[in-house]
Amino acid sequence: MDSFANRRHIIRFVIILVGLIYIIRLFLLQVVDNTYKVTASSNVLRYVTQFPARGLIYDREGRLLVYNEAAYDLMLVPQQLEAFDTAEFCDILNVSKEYIDENIKRAKDYSHYNSSIFLKQVSSITYANLQEKLYKYPGFYVQARTLRKYTNENGAHLLGYVGEVNDKIIEKDDYYKSGDYIGISGIEQSYEEYLRGEKGVNVYLVDVHNRIKGTYSNGRLDKKAEVGSNIISTIDVDLQSYGEKLMNNKIGSIVAIEPSTGEILALVSAPTYNPELLVGRIRTKNYVNLMSDTLKPLFNRALMAQYPPGSTFKIINGLIGLQEKVLWTSTEHDCAGAYYSGRMRVGCHIHRSPLDFIESIQMSCNTYYCNVFRSILDNKKYPTIRESFDQWREYVMSFGFGQYLNSDFSNELKGLVPTKQTYDRVYGEKGWRSLTLVSMAIGQGELGTTPLQMANMTAAIANRGYYYTPHIVKEIEGDYSLDDRFYQKNYTKIDSNYFNIVIEGMDLAVNGEPGSGSTARTAHLEDVVVCGKTGTAENPHGEDHSIFIAFAPKDDPKIAIAVYIENGGFGGTWAAPTAKLMIEKYLNDSISVPWWEQYVLNAEINYNAETDKPLE
Amino acid sequence: MQRRINLWSNIDWLAVTIYLVLVFLGWVNIYAAVYNEEHHSIFDVTQRYGKQLIWISAAIVIAFLVFIIDINFYSYFAYLVYGVMIFLLLAVLIFGLEVHGARSWFQIGNIRIQPSEFAKIATALALARYLSTFNVQLNTFKTYLRVAAIILVPAFLILLQNDTGSALVYFAFIMVLYREGISASVLLLGFFVIVLFILALILEKLIIISLSIGVVFIIFWILNRKFKNVALGFGILMASSAILYGLNEFLVLGLSYYYIMLSALGFSALVYIILSIRYKVRSVILLLVFLLGSIIFTFSVDYVFNNFLEEHQQKRINVVLGLESDPYGVEYNVNQSKIAIGSGGFSGKGFLRGTQTKFDFVPEQSTDFIFCTIGEEWGFVGTFFVLGLFIFFLYRLIGIAERQRSSFSRIYGYGVVSVLFFHIAINIGMTIGLVPVIGIPLPFFSYGGSSLWGFTIMLFIFLRLDASRLEMLG
Repeated sequence: MDSFANRRHIIRFVIILVGLIYIIRLFLLQVVDNTYKVTASSNVLRYVTQFPARGLIYDREGRLLVYNEAAYDLMLVPQQLEAFDTAEFCDILNVSKEYIDENIKRAKDYSHYNSSIFLKQVSSITYANLQEKLYKYPGFYVQARTLRKYTNENGAHLLGYVGEVNDKIIEKDDYYKSGDYIGISGIEQSYEEYLRGEKGVNVYLVDVHNRIKGTYSNGRLDKKAEVGSNIISTIDVDLQSYGEKLMNNKIGSIVAIEPSTGEILALVSAPTYNPELLVGRIRTKNYVNLMSDTLKPLFNRALMAQYPPGSTFKIINGLIGLQEKVLWTSTEHDCAGAYYSGRMRVGCHIHRSPLDFIESIQMSCNTYYCNVFRSILDNKKYPTIRESFDQWREYVMSFGFGQYLNSDFSNELKGLVPTKQTYDRVYGEKGWRSLTLVSMAIGQGELGTTPLQMANMTAAIANRGYYYTPHIVKEIEGDYSLDDRFYQKNYTKIDSNYFNIVIEGMDLAVNGEPGSGSTARTAHLEDVVVCGKTGTAENPHGEDHSIFIAFAPKDDPKIAIAVYIENGGFGGTWAAPTAKLMIEKYLNDSISVPWWEQYVLNAEINYNAETDKPLE
Repeated sequence: MQRRINLWSNIDWLAVTIYLVLVFLGWVNIYAAVYNEEHHSIFDVTQRYGKQLIWISAAIVIAFLVFIIDINFYSYFAYLVYGVMIFLLLAVLIFGLEVHGARSWFQIGNIRIQPSEFAKIATALALARYLSTFNVQLNTFKTYLRVAAIILVPAFLILLQNDTGSALVYFAFIMVLYREGISASVLLLGFFVIVLFILALILEKLIIISLSIGVVFIIFWILNRKFKNVALGFGILMASSAILYGLNEFLVLGLSYYYIMLSALGFSALVYIILSIRYKVRSVILLLVFLLGSIIFTFSVDYVFNNFLEEHQQKRINVVLGLESDPYGVEYNVNQSKIAIGSGGFSGKGFLRGTQTKFDFVPEQSTDFIFCTIGEEWGFVGTFFVLGLFIFFLYRLIGIAERQRSSFSRIYGYGVVSVLFFHIAINIGMTIGLVPVIGIPLPFFSYGGSSLWGFTIMLFIFLRLDASRLEMLG
């Protein structure tokens, strides 16, 4: 009756065959193939970055300069949006309906499932209001950020600012992700690695809609964010703010260094700006405004403006002369109001004649230094001027000129000290003589130095022959020490005993009897021996720049300072009294003759001129 | 005619045990699939696993009821039950509730019932009743027609509900027909049609025609057993092809290869017919009709595919055939499903530790894609066990069917086996990317009262028949 009973075997065979195929497939899928395991973990784990608070910045006395303020980015996940009361939402956030529509669209264009920033840096007050009502607005959540906040408006240039990383940085350094903040200039940039801390991460499990469902493995993979290290800068905030006050309505720069350490006490670049302007949502707008300002407030003149050193450079030439033994303390030169050689004339001012070496510094005689400079270059010790020039150049470089000082600022300039090749190119190898270069005798011509380099030179003189690389940071909190280079003495190529001779001249220049011809009497203080040297940098664009370098006290220097006031005329007119006030402020914390303070404060020097361009 | 025998001692307890194990595993995996910490009690009736527990309890009660009913009811009333089901399938088209685009649900209070889940039972009963009728044998056209009507009417009505998956299940009854003696050539023909359909979608028409010609020559050789004839036929085709090709090249007619080949084929066919009549070679005309049919079929596949299948169905087929890639659309489900199963590894992530299925990456994870949860949380060990258990269960049911004295019971048993096998093969095959996504549940596992009750009733009617097998004298 059942003639097809054998077909049951075929049926069983088919069923088992299908079962076998499926089991092989499952074995391949589950055991052999590993790709699915990787895909699975990237499917469900969300790495949420925890942003650490940035390190704080203090001044040398431990006074807080820069701290953080909580700010809140309002984030949006479009996929979770539901209809909401836009009028109330506009009210809370103080934005327009258009802003909301536009940004919801933008977020949707970016991604439906991933969050994007809807409104940046909501203030804590708005955040407090918003938080109560956030439940009404599904899809929105708040991500905490920190913003820089400043205790006072000084030191914008040295502190620098913080901004969002750009694509180039993201490409170079995989620590940074789009939207992260990074120090862009000043201390914020140089010490970024310490200040930023270490980002942390929380690993969450999320579902297919990117909704967080809980922590992964009880937080086993989580990493806590490490708060950035605090930094104690070398700045004396009182001195800094005083310097900025003095430089009000002027263009120029003040750099003050503690000679015994190389620590920068004040670094003023005028005009300056309020650092608060470059924080948060207003940053971009303000940045554009500051950039278009003709006075270039963003330009850090202390590090980046190159001026000729002017007469201050006579000290260097004098020291080289002494070291090379072409000049002695007793060497005298006549001056008839100018230096003449052939058709060449270098003008001088009226003073008595002849002068010895110390007097030449005191009275800043141009003629004297033309002679000194020529005797250095025409020294018979060297076969030709090309060798003697090289030697001279080496001496100059040993003061830190014509090269990066390697301070902890990343944007300092090298300055300019010409090489013999420069002259070979212009005059031919045999075409130049000492007379050709004579303008460098008095610090004009092809020389370019930054205020920082000038202050550094002053510190080297104050130290009688060496300097510490100038730096802006004194201490990094934690176990960090500064770079070794900041603890090493950099010796100049001049023997230390020669310095005492020029220092006598600098003393006399400031503290000589009235009527003795001292050029820097405006820097004289009653109870502190200030040693200084004026300078006047010729400026092809307009009035000469007023320069003054000084250190004090003479025997135990605590401060070395360089002051540049653009278009300020003679060094003794504006730069010297400014330096004096700074020194007195730093050493005594009080001003003995308020008249001088008023004199400098009230001066408005060529502040609106458009022609005043520092040499670049 | 009947002997009284203790019903309980004759129940196939092994099958019942496997049934209970499968249902229990299904419940546990539904719990794992929709588990969340707010509703962690497995008895929480607001959640699917809580509800499934109610369905399971009810299913066990239903199984008891099935056992109480006299076995004669099933064969006597098979046609009536079938008629009522057809009526319900019609009614659901009019009064039914539409869920996910399929109008296949009755809503009674809070409970939704899907008649198509029960229509399979009625069809299996009716088929068993008809094929077990004295004198009915699967060798006349009339019988074929009636069998086709019994199977295809409910399938067609379910297709009208827009529930393609459930309609396709009715193809499973071919297994019953095979067991009951349908000609193997009919099955081969069906198999050939399916292969041709798939090939027509993947390959160039020219290649398919060439392959068909090759197949026909092979069949010819099998039937004819004369190498000389085969070689001659092949030679004629080659020669005419070569001549036409040469003419085309020589006269620069620029005809496509299709024309050349089809013309050569047409010319050769004429020669074949003449020769076959003259030398009385059998089955040549039949083979030519077959070849012609398959060529026409090949060319019509595109038309059918593009005009009769809906876009999502076309996509599902294309994705499985690897013709289309759509990782966030149709392929998404399959990919996520494969990721979930694949990520389980050898031993799985552990109970409730699955991340893919838990967080909604896999769609429908408690219903059609429940196998993913097994794969992810229990790994290869789990999938091997479940698949093995299913295969063993089917093997066992075949054994039970074969020991029946009455052909009604046996045929009905094969109906159960074929429907279960189809569901298992399609459902699991879909989760591992071997067959297109067809939304049918995994028996005893998937969440849902209708399918669980349907499979339970279907199975226990069979076990009831089996328990009384000794009462029947066949």
